[in-house]
Amino acid sequence: MASVTMTVNGKSVSGDVEGRTLMSDFLRNDLRLTGTHIGCDTSQCGACVIHVNGEAVKACTMFAVEADGADVATIEGQANADGSLNVIQQAFQDHHGLQCGFCTPGMVMSAAALLKENPTPTEREVREYLEGNICRCTGYHNIVKAIMAASGQDVSAIAAE
Amino acid sequence: MYAFDIERPSTIADAVKALKDEDAQALGGGQTLIPTLKQRLAMPSALISLTGIGEMKGVCLADDGAVCIGGATTHATVAKEAAAHYPGLAGLAANIGDPAVRNRGTVGGSLANNDPSACYPAAALGSGATIITNTREIAADDYFQGMFETALEEGEVITEVRFPVPEKSHYQKFVQPASRFALVGVFVAKYADGVRVAVTGASENGVFRWSEAEAALSADFSAAALEGLTVSAGEMIADLHGSPEYRAHLVKVMTGRAVTAVA
Ligand SMILES: Cc1cc2nc3c(=O)[nH]c(=O)nc-3n(C[C@H](O)[C@H](O)[C@H](O)COP(=O)(O)OP(=O)(O)OC[C@H]3O[C@@H](n4cnc5c(N)ncnc54)[C@H](O)[C@@H]3O)c2cc1C
Ligand code: FES
Ligand code: FES
Repeated sequence: MASVTMTVNGKSVSGDVEGRTLMSDFLRNDLRLTGTHIGCDTSQCGACVIHVNGEAVKACTMFAVEADGADVATIEGQANADGSLNVIQQAFQDHHGLQCGFCTPGMVMSAAALLKENPTPTEREVREYLEGNICRCTGYHNIVKAIMAASGQDVSAIAAE
Repeated sequence: MYAFDIERPSTIADAVKALKDEDAQALGGGQTLIPTLKQRLAMPSALISLTGIGEMKGVCLADDGAVCIGGATTHATVAKEAAAHYPGLAGLAANIGDPAVRNRGTVGGSLANNDPSACYPAAALGSGATIITNTREIAADDYFQGMFETALEEGEVITEVRFPVPEKSHYQKFVQPASRFALVGVFVAKYADGVRVAVTGASENGVFRWSEAEAALSADFSAAALEGLTVSAGEMIADLHGSPEYRAHLVKVMTGRAVTAVA
């Protein structure tokens, strides 16, 4: 066992983990932050995307030990301080960017990473950035639209809801 | 996964020492190794993480103009920091997998793994790069030895890769959409002393140089120069994504597109 200490959504947390403990398991089982979803566990689907030191990574393909000392952000820390949805989350709701919601935490975390890097992406750039996020429900269209809207761009010209 | 310990050394010397234990294995970005461990296809006693070693990270320029990339540098960093010096290489790094994979995966991990469909082997072979380890320097032409086979010895660590910068270069990747690896990828690089063409994704023997195309393009750097050439389907990969004949055909098409992109 190794002890790890990291900042998760602004709070310092510690725990004892095995070498093989995945970051996704540490978040879900030890910290009870179950918003980070496990869709595939094989680095394909992106439901588990979190930010480690500001970068989007797949929590199912990283060990908890590797996040020792890091600054981690998960979906649980995305809402505004008063508990209202942040601009990306609100845009997903407004534009029907989710159906079952399973992929949504990863989508929101990827979108946040994209908009930090590229505040006004083109539709093509949004689609390219979501290459590693799979959604079984929506057909992606409204997810792309929500992210474009969250970036402050006019999405009225993008086809049907 | 079987149980193992993880060590996070901060110097190459400490990593090399830890890797002397024959059951220890290097951990780069883990984007290939972690899935392998999950399938219980490997049983190391310890993983030696290389990503905390400062001297193995970053992109710089050597005195002779070559781009030097630390072995533990992520694809995302190469995409950003090599863009001004070697756009063909940065463009290749920018299209590996997806953003989250690029934030973790490293050049050293990709070259050590030598997946027959990986992108970096094409850049290294196509640039005539030098793979630098804790003990020696290996020319790319000697380094790749077939599917998942390389010249690396047990416990040897890729500390740096040195890429001579060509006048023009381009990587064309025909994406296999489920894996996001290359169904066929071709790296074309035009140097003052000739053109190099490296092909990944196609051959059962891993990355290879297409010497007929190199000769034709060295004489005339245009897609038209490839017209008379054919690629044998003999040792091409056959799987549900493409037949050997299809892959052989794609090699020529992708080479032409790479040349046209920069000619
Ligand atoms: C969804 C997905 C899509 C991908 N798409 C692509 C793609 O399009 N193109 C592509 O090329 N790759 C792709 N990859 C693979 C990715 O680039 C990996 O990052 C890479 O193959 C392995 O690098 P790593 O740093 O993660 O190595 P690891 O997984 O940590 O290690 C791989 C192997 O290399 C060894 N190793 C690691 N670093 C070193 C070193 N410095 N010296 C010696 N040995 C070392 C390890 O012991 C292990 O055997 C994809 C991966 C995923 C999960
Ligand atoms: S659960 Fe991590 S990528 Fe699917
Ligand atoms: S909303 Fe159901 S998987 Fe995306």
